Amino acid sequence: MPTDFTPFASLGGGILIGIASVLLMANFGRVMGATGILAGFLMPTNRDDWAWRASLLAGMVSAPALYWLVSGQSVVVQVPVSTIAMIIGGLIVGVGVTFGGGCTSGHGVCGIARLSPRSIVATVVFMIAAVATVYVTRHVIGGAI
Amino acid sequence: MRFLIIYAIGLIFGMGIIFGGMANPAKVLNFFDIAGTWDPSLAFVMGGALGVTALGYRFVLRRPSPRLAEAFHLPTLMRVDPTLIAGSAAFGVGWGLAGFCPGGALPAIGTLDASVLIFTGAMIVGIIGAKLAKGRIPDGATV
Repeated sequence: MPTDFTPFASLGGGILIGIASVLLMANFGRVMGATGILAGFLMPTNRDDWAWRASLLAGMVSAPALYWLVSGQSVVVQVPVSTIAMIIGGLIVGVGVTFGGGCTSGHGVCGIARLSPRSIVATVVFMIAAVATVYVTRHVIGGAI
Repeated sequence: MRFLIIYAIGLIFGMGIIFGGMANPAKVLNFFDIAGTWDPSLAFVMGGALGVTALGYRFVLRRPSPRLAEAFHLPTLMRVDPTLIAGSAAFGVGWGLAGFCPGGALPAIGTLDASVLIFTGAMIVGIIGAKLAKGRIPDGATV
């Protein structure tokens, strides 16, 4: 399933992600890492800590509705893989980010922005692993997943 | 007020994910498919996000404290260890299978698309299972 190359929209989206990351750090001293925010929401340590995470997640989840209000279009979600791949992928992502201590937003954006050696290594590793996985599923197995 | 600001920050992040194309697994998987239907768009998402954050952090982290909280909460763990590498490699495999990373899936929940809900449910099971299996993950390790 080919997708259009969208350099301007994607750069704009990236800039918004960056603005959100800077605002969260500047005002609340927190890293905009989806893994850490979600994990702390699922297993809260105290009420106040849970409340800011819940507010942030509520904002994220509201974004498709705002997008629809502004553009009149629904957010495009195209899934070219099977439900089984989504379930297995979801499980592996959950386990991986927990042991790896972060994901694309936490390591790939906020961590590299601080030149954290852990985040630089983590990002290189998960990018290579993702490229290798897609190569195997699409070009070796032949899209059977 | 405080929570309204945090809500707005979440909304900005979510809009960035949507405009960037990261809420769409087809686009994410094409970014990884260098030998096939390659779509380099996500490099622009990463580049834009990283550029703004690196620049912003330079000014923000020079301050003694955040505006609306007592202190900056930054990861303290510095050492690259096998757990970091194995966990990140596993994350990359899962990301390559499903096309969603956590930051892409969370805003996409708002579309109520069945695959997003299935992926997110499985991811939550994975996070909780891994936390329980590992016991307590050291403070400062997660970003």
